[in-house]
Amino acid sequence: MAAVGARWNHVWVGTETGILKGVNLQRKQATNFTAAGQPRREEAVSALCWGAGGETQILVGCADRTVRYFSTEEGRFQGQQHCPGGEGTFRGLAQVHGTLITCVESGIVQVWNDNDKEASSDPLLELSVGPGVCRMRQDPAHPHMVATGGKENALKVWDLQGSKEPVFRAKNVRNDWLDLRVPIWDQDIQFLPESQKLVTCTGYHQVRVYDPASPQRRPVLEATYGEYPLTAMTLTPGANSVIVGNTHGQLAEIDLRQGRLLGCLKGLAGSVRGLQCHPSKPLLASCGLDRVLRVHRIRNPRGLEHKVYLKSQLNCLLLSGRDNWEDEPQEPKKAPPEDTETDELWASLEAAAKRKLPDLEQTQGPLQTRRRKKQRPGSTSS
Amino acid sequence: MAKAGDKSGSRVKKGLKRKATAEEPQETAVAEDGATESGVQPPKAAAFPPGFSISEIKNKQRRHLMFTRWKQQQRKEKLAIKKKLKKEREALGDKAPPKPIPKTIDNQRVYDETVVDPNDEEVAYDEATDEFASYFNRQTSPKILITTSDRPHGRTVRLCEQLSTVIPNSHVYYRRGLALKKIIPQCISRDFTDLIVINEDRKTPNGLILSHLPNGPTAHFKMSSVRLRKEIKRRGKDPTEHIPEIILNNFTTRLGHSVGRMFASLFPHNPQFIGRQVATFHNQRDYIFFRFHRYIFRSEKKVGIQELGPRFTLKLRSLQKGTFDSKYGEYEWVHKPREMDTNRRKFHL
Repeated sequence: MAAVGARWNHVWVGTETGILKGVNLQRKQATNFTAAGQPRREEAVSALCWGAGGETQILVGCADRTVRYFSTEEGRFQGQQHCPGGEGTFRGLAQVHGTLITCVESGIVQVWNDNDKEASSDPLLELSVGPGVCRMRQDPAHPHMVATGGKENALKVWDLQGSKEPVFRAKNVRNDWLDLRVPIWDQDIQFLPESQKLVTCTGYHQVRVYDPASPQRRPVLEATYGEYPLTAMTLTPGANSVIVGNTHGQLAEIDLRQGRLLGCLKGLAGSVRGLQCHPSKPLLASCGLDRVLRVHRIRNPRGLEHKVYLKSQLNCLLLSGRDNWEDEPQEPKKAPPEDTETDELWASLEAAAKRKLPDLEQTQGPLQTRRRKKQRPGSTSS
Repeated sequence: MAKAGDKSGSRVKKGLKRKATAEEPQETAVAEDGATESGVQPPKAAAFPPGFSISEIKNKQRRHLMFTRWKQQQRKEKLAIKKKLKKEREALGDKAPPKPIPKTIDNQRVYDETVVDPNDEEVAYDEATDEFASYFNRQTSPKILITTSDRPHGRTVRLCEQLSTVIPNSHVYYRRGLALKKIIPQCISRDFTDLIVINEDRKTPNGLILSHLPNGPTAHFKMSSVRLRKEIKRRGKDPTEHIPEIILNNFTTRLGHSVGRMFASLFPHNPQFIGRQVATFHNQRDYIFFRFHRYIFRSEKKVGIQELGPRFTLKLRSLQKGTFDSKYGEYEWVHKPREMDTNRRKFHL
């Protein structure tokens, strides 16, 4: 059952206790998947990404520096790959043409050969990005382009097929009005589709847009929200806005054309760790330290759609981008056996009915009993 | 003339009183009273226009009269119903249906899905491996540092002293305007396990920050109703050096469990029952009541208690993951009044 149901989970969430949870929002159920059968804190999930071949495989980056492969079709972990080198947890995970790209906190970006059968092989490519990396993100349009950023580590865009120097290196903004250097803390990065632009959200509650195509290396647009570090960010479908979340559980939609706040979403009580929007529907999935997965509707009207309590602290999530959320394959699977049974029943009934049709008394009998039944409550004569 | 006027006035009033459901407009009342000056009882109450209520009478005295009469009648009816019910119960004797339980806000609490099931393995694993695991595995014993906000006044200082007698192995230090972020690494190097900071405002303590030290969560509470030892009536003598027992009441949800474990990790594991002292953290409707008692069993079922020690009420404002860092720390739970306090029957702890 769990294996069959694994395909129809809408959201996959990774927790601090090492459990991968598949959540089906139609049935409001969550199923736990662990590699070892028991939750283990050493396997705390720190990064999730879709594997090759549509949405049939998930790559799970754990705190013990292993990347595990999970199959949604079969509902079990298939293999793992140990990725040594550097220190800290995974900050980014991506897959390109059969190779695996990983980035750890100490700033080592490695490209591995994607075969889980071999023992730890040497990485195909190794880059040093700088210490204190908070996020590495892959450009969905150009899978070999990767952006990294972190604490006191400015945004850099790397071409993994090109040279060892970054393609774009962002410059810090000018000194503020007290002539003090503005600190850098890029917490999340997103590539804007149909352009070369990137958006980052910082721990100093700023949202910045960079344009590598323009001559200036400084941000093209800067907007601020709130007073707490922004921890997660996602692009909205179609519209030119991003949704950011901060450590207080506040979610806000910020317009990137003007840099103003469009609206907020209520409900979260803890720090937002993962945010993702559906590519076509106006739905946003958010997870955080308050152990609840929430799905909000972003427009008409803005509000909470689903809320599921998952008992561990949630670290990251993956929202399935498919369109048919309401399809339940289990019902058609159950229907055929039932149909055969009912077909037999009907066959027997028809035979009996054919026998009974010429007898009118027997058909009157049930009618009479019905009349009697109707008369019983009110009548004195039975 | 004056007497006649008074008599007619009183008769007007009496006439009004006699009418059972008298909600008449004023003119007809006067007219009828005029007709009944001879003392004959007026006919039954006239038909009122439907939808008439007492509040529409413009004359305050008459309106008040009508209302008091209506209220008396309601009370009479209520009493009559009660008596009837009581008679029926007595008549039935043992077969009487059980008394209905009155609805209270605690009874009507909204179903909370985060309430911890004792058989839940995932939550059990989460708790077995969280930041308090070293305390609950008896690997570390608590050592508490109690301090205040800068330049505390008398009440806060005395509260700190009294708290240090309640919590064993605790030390009070004067906060010399030092930043908490600088105090914390020093505490860790000196093997402190918890840091308590009592915040003071306008000469009264009003906040409590409880930070579990190596890398543990920080809870920020609002403190109210602080009573020092001398303000407690009928209290016992000062507490002794024995390690008290702990009672944690009503911490049912997952958040409640985290907070309850924080309080439990303040006290050493081995309570000395000879001391007969107990510290209670009772959670009711998201308020945590702290009491410190000395008990004595007079018989199998009878206990006598003496309240010692300070008494205060706490309300959780936020639970932050990691040691104290209010600006850049990640919060596990933040109290948001406009979102969380909309329902009177919903509680979080």
